[in-house]
Amino acid sequence: MAKPAKVLLNVPAIKADFPILQRKVRDRRLIYLDSAATSQKPKQVIDATSDYYSRYNANVHRAIYELGEEATREYEGAREKIAGFIRAKSPNQIVFTKSTTESLNVVAYGYGLKGKLQSGDEIVGTVMEHHSNHVPWHFVKDHKGAVLKYVDVNDDGTLRMEQYDELLTKRTKIVTVTLCSNVLGTINPVKDIVKRAHEVGAVCVVDAAQAAPHMSIDVQDLDADFLAFSGHKMLGPTGIGVLYGKPEALDATEPLLGGGEMIREVHLGRASWNDVPYRFEGGTPNIAGAIGLGVAVDYLTKLGMDAVRAHEMEVTQYALEKFARLDGVHTYGPKDVKKKAGVLAFTIDNAHPHDVASILDVEGICVRSGHHCAQPLMERFDLPATARASFYVYNDLEDVDALVAGIKRVQEVFA
Amino acid sequence: MSASYDLYQEQILDHYRHPRNKGPLPDATLNARDSNPLCGDEVILHLNIDGSRHASEVRFEGQGCAISQASASILTTMLKGSSMADIEALDRDALLKKLGIPLSVVRLKCALLPLHVLRLALGDSKAVRT
Repeated sequence: MAKPAKVLLNVPAIKADFPILQRKVRDRRLIYLDSAATSQKPKQVIDATSDYYSRYNANVHRAIYELGEEATREYEGAREKIAGFIRAKSPNQIVFTKSTTESLNVVAYGYGLKGKLQSGDEIVGTVMEHHSNHVPWHFVKDHKGAVLKYVDVNDDGTLRMEQYDELLTKRTKIVTVTLCSNVLGTINPVKDIVKRAHEVGAVCVVDAAQAAPHMSIDVQDLDADFLAFSGHKMLGPTGIGVLYGKPEALDATEPLLGGGEMIREVHLGRASWNDVPYRFEGGTPNIAGAIGLGVAVDYLTKLGMDAVRAHEMEVTQYALEKFARLDGVHTYGPKDVKKKAGVLAFTIDNAHPHDVASILDVEGICVRSGHHCAQPLMERFDLPATARASFYVYNDLEDVDALVAGIKRVQEVFA
Repeated sequence: MSASYDLYQEQILDHYRHPRNKGPLPDATLNARDSNPLCGDEVILHLNIDGSRHASEVRFEGQGCAISQASASILTTMLKGSSMADIEALDRDALLKKLGIPLSVVRLKCALLPLHVLRLALGDSKAVRT
């Protein structure tokens, strides 16, 4: 494989594609460092959704007329693009949902709660999961009597893999893990995790909400049984998410939503279901969202996911080096960018993360503060809250410099 | 200093760094605690109401951002020595006026947490999360 060139993304050209990055906040340049919460959208995506409403708005899979044909073609075309993006064998393995959260709930409900799980069967998660990959499994515990076990993290923010081996038993039926932590940025060895889960006969559910936007994903190589991600974190619209599943995994999953689209025949008191993936898409879907996500995937594919990852590694490396030189500033998670995505949680001595975010906001810098929907992980590190900067394709080293200057400003205020 | 730094005026920073009336009050007659689930700000209020129905002693405990903790500190200075009638009449406008800073909707929650805890301490079952 050819060694990647150093500068791979033309960030000024990328920035020009994002209308929101042209605006000012209090007369200052907007410096958006919260893409782990939601990414900004390029004009190509905004135009695609608006184009659907302006030119061919119609419901999908029903209308006989031309508009309906166009809408269905674009909607299903988006499904094909997404299948290609994560190297799924078939578009039929791509279910449109509203979010990663919904995707994970579909699996927890349909495969866990209503599926083959028995009382006493075990589900292995990790302490670094987002709340959306904790709470749905609580339902399975509460209503099905499943036993939940959690892999802890090492102090460096990596998973305790030797403990994972100990937790796996013959009763383990589901392993669920994030590909990339939304707080620590840790990139987990998911291929290995899946392999070990399969060795005990468990299926593996992968939360790729933080990974799909930032790195190349090959579901066949990972061998994941289910994989979930959201459109809005990867340049796409809000309200559109994806659930990938192996055919046998999706076949073993009961639908969460009953209604139109998901049925083959309905009679009074009974119904038979449509094929996968439509079985899981009850109700009129987010058509504009799916089409917009398809265009977001085109945009990312054109940049090249390896180039996206290399760019973010460069920005993250630069940020880690700059932060290491700041007294009284602490970062969390791996320090090796090969194991870390562009997510940087940090705290500043004597300044609460909310105050940090407020002061950075004055400088036009958007960072997140709080528990990042990962309270069990915050408890593990004994942190009430942190600030978090996260990077994407439109961020550059100048943005990091602005962040570092902002942090010095925080330290002046709270000196 | 830009206008937006008004949030961190000297008074706020002073109360944050040097909180007034902070600590436990074992003999308190009224106590309450609440937290803001969004950010983990926590405020515990203790009031000692004497025979003449005045707050002879007021203390707070807690942790969180500068706004929530300074607001708690400032609130204790407003309550200490006041009659129950005045304490019950104390409303958000009075506290916000005393804080004297411009607050966004999100930060308003931080600023008003101590007042919410006061309402809980007064036994107001209708105390809503502000």
